[in-house]
Amino acid sequence: MKLDVRHIAKLANLPLSQEEEKKLEKQLTETLTYVEILQGVNTDKIQPTAHVTGLENVVRQDKTDESLTQKQALSNTQNLHNGFFTVNAILEND
Amino acid sequence: MDIKKLTISQAKEDLKNKKYSSVELTKAYLERIKQLEPHVKAYMTVTEEEALNNAKEADNKIAAGEDLPLLGIPLSIKDNFSTKGIRTTASSKVLDNYIPPYDATVVERLKNAGIVLLGKTNMDAWAHGSSTETSDYGASRNPWNTEHLPGGSSGGAAASMAADETLGAIGSETAGSIRQPASWCGVVGLKPTYGRVSRYGVVAMGSSLDSPGPITKTVEDSALILQVLAGQDPHDATTGPNPVPDYTKNLAHDIKGMTIGVADDYFEGVNPEVKASVEDALKTFEKLGANVKTINLFSPKYAIAVYTILQRAEVSSNLARYDGIRYGNDRSFLGDEAKRRVMLGTYTLSAGYYDQYYNKALKVRTVIIEDFKRAFKDVDLIISPTSPTTALPVGATENQSMFGELADVLVEPSSIAGLCGINVPCGFSKAGLPIGIQIIGPQFAEETILNAAYEYQTENPLYLKKPNL
Repeated sequence: MKLDVRHIAKLANLPLSQEEEKKLEKQLTETLTYVEILQGVNTDKIQPTAHVTGLENVVRQDKTDESLTQKQALSNTQNLHNGFFTVNAILEND
Repeated sequence: MDIKKLTISQAKEDLKNKKYSSVELTKAYLERIKQLEPHVKAYMTVTEEEALNNAKEADNKIAAGEDLPLLGIPLSIKDNFSTKGIRTTASSKVLDNYIPPYDATVVERLKNAGIVLLGKTNMDAWAHGSSTETSDYGASRNPWNTEHLPGGSSGGAAASMAADETLGAIGSETAGSIRQPASWCGVVGLKPTYGRVSRYGVVAMGSSLDSPGPITKTVEDSALILQVLAGQDPHDATTGPNPVPDYTKNLAHDIKGMTIGVADDYFEGVNPEVKASVEDALKTFEKLGANVKTINLFSPKYAIAVYTILQRAEVSSNLARYDGIRYGNDRSFLGDEAKRRVMLGTYTLSAGYYDQYYNKALKVRTVIIEDFKRAFKDVDLIISPTSPTTALPVGATENQSMFGELADVLVEPSSIAGLCGINVPCGFSKAGLPIGIQIIGPQFAEETILNAAYEYQTENPLYLKKPNL
C-alpha cells in the first residue's frame, strides 16, 4: 500500500514539511496495518452504529435563543475589518 | 484544617458548620498549588483572583443560609472546558491566546452549584494521548513519583487531585482519559455513560464518544459532582432525557448477591503486579457477598482498531474548524500528534476508503455493543484492571504512533459502547505506584457502579494513603 501523503495533507489543509511527510507516511502505514485486524470480523448482516444510546430525531422549538453578541463573536480574531472576519479570497476576477 | 485528609463531603459539612470559611479553604489550596506546582505541573492556568472572588461570594451565601450542592468547594477544571473570560487552550498552541466568550454547560452547572474555580489543568494537546506528553506546554508529573507520568489525557486533573492541589477535579474521557490517569495517580475517576453529561463547550475530540466526568479522592465525592453535571442539555442533542437519580442515596447499599463478570481477555498482557492486585480486589468483592463469574467478552484488541479509526475520523472533522480565522492560531501550530490523527482520519474518510475503514469500524462497533448487551444479561457489572501497567516513566511515549490506543486497550471497548465506568484505587506496586480496578456498568447504571465502588472503598480505603511530596 502506497499512501499519497501530500494529497491527504492537501485535503486536510495541513502544512507539512518534507521531513514530516516522510515520517507520517511510515507512521500512517503502521497504523493502517494494525487496523487491518477488523477485516477478520464478519459484519455481513450487521448495521453500523453512529450513535450509541439510541436517541432519534431530537428536535426543539423553532425559536431563537440568546446568542453571542457581535463583539463577543469577534473578540478572539486577529482578522477583523469593519466588524467582519476577513478571509483570503477564494475567487478572483478575470 | 488538613487539606490532605479533606474530602468534598467533609468540607461541605465544615463550611456549613463554619469551622472555616471558603476563603480560608481556597487560600490553603492556592498555597499548596504554589508550593507543589514546580514539581507536579498539573495546572495550565491558576485562577487565583477568580478563586478568591468565588470564595468570598460563597461565604456570603453561606452566611445568608443558602445551600447549594458544591457551595464554596474549590475545584480544578481540565483546560478543554470553555470558561468565560478565562484562557482555554486544550494544551495546544493553536489556542494559546483563546479567551472563550461563553461557559461550557458543565462549567455553568458547576458555577450554579457554587464552586470555587482554582484553575485549568494540563492535558494532552486536544486530549490526544494518555500521558500529557503531547501537551504543547510540557508533561505533568505523577505525584507518587515525579519521574513518572500521570497518564492522560486528563493527567493534569488527576495529578492535581492526587497532590491535593484541589478538592476535586473535572476531566473528560473519549476512551480512557478519565479512568487511566485516575488509575496511574491513585484517585477515583468516573466516566459517565455517553450522553449523561453535556459536551457543549468542550473542545471536541471524538464527538460520538466524549464524556465529561469527575476525578475525586473518594467515591462519595464522585457521586456529589456527577449529581451536578448529569442531565439533559438543550445545547447538546446527544444528552438523554433519562431521569437523573440521587447518586448518593444508594452508595452504602450492600452488594450481597450482585454478580460481577470477569473476562480472561482483559488480563492478557497485564503486568503481573497489576493482575495480582486486581485479583485481590475481586476477593474483597466476594467477601462483600458478590458473586464473581467468569465471562467471555469480545477481545479488546478489536476495540483498539475500531477506536483508532472512529476517533481519528472524528478528530479530523473536529479539528477542521481550527483555521486561525475566527479565533486561535493557524494550522501550522498543530503538534505532531494532532497532525498524525488528522491525517489518518482524513485518509479513512476520503473517497474510496470510507467503506473499508470507517463504515467497517461502525459495524464492528455494533458487534461490541451487542457483545456487552449479551454479557449484561448474566452479570450486573464487569471488573477488570483499568490499565495494563502502573504509571510509565517520563519520555515513554516518544515516537510511539499508537501509544494512547495501546495504553487504553482495557477501557476502549466500554467507551465504544457508551457504557459507564469508574476507576477505584486497589493497591500499590512494589515501586510505590498506584494500581486501579475499573468497574463497568450498562448504559445509565452510574448508581450501580458507584454503589459497588463505594462498598469496595469502604473495605479498602486507599485514599487515606498519601504521596510524599
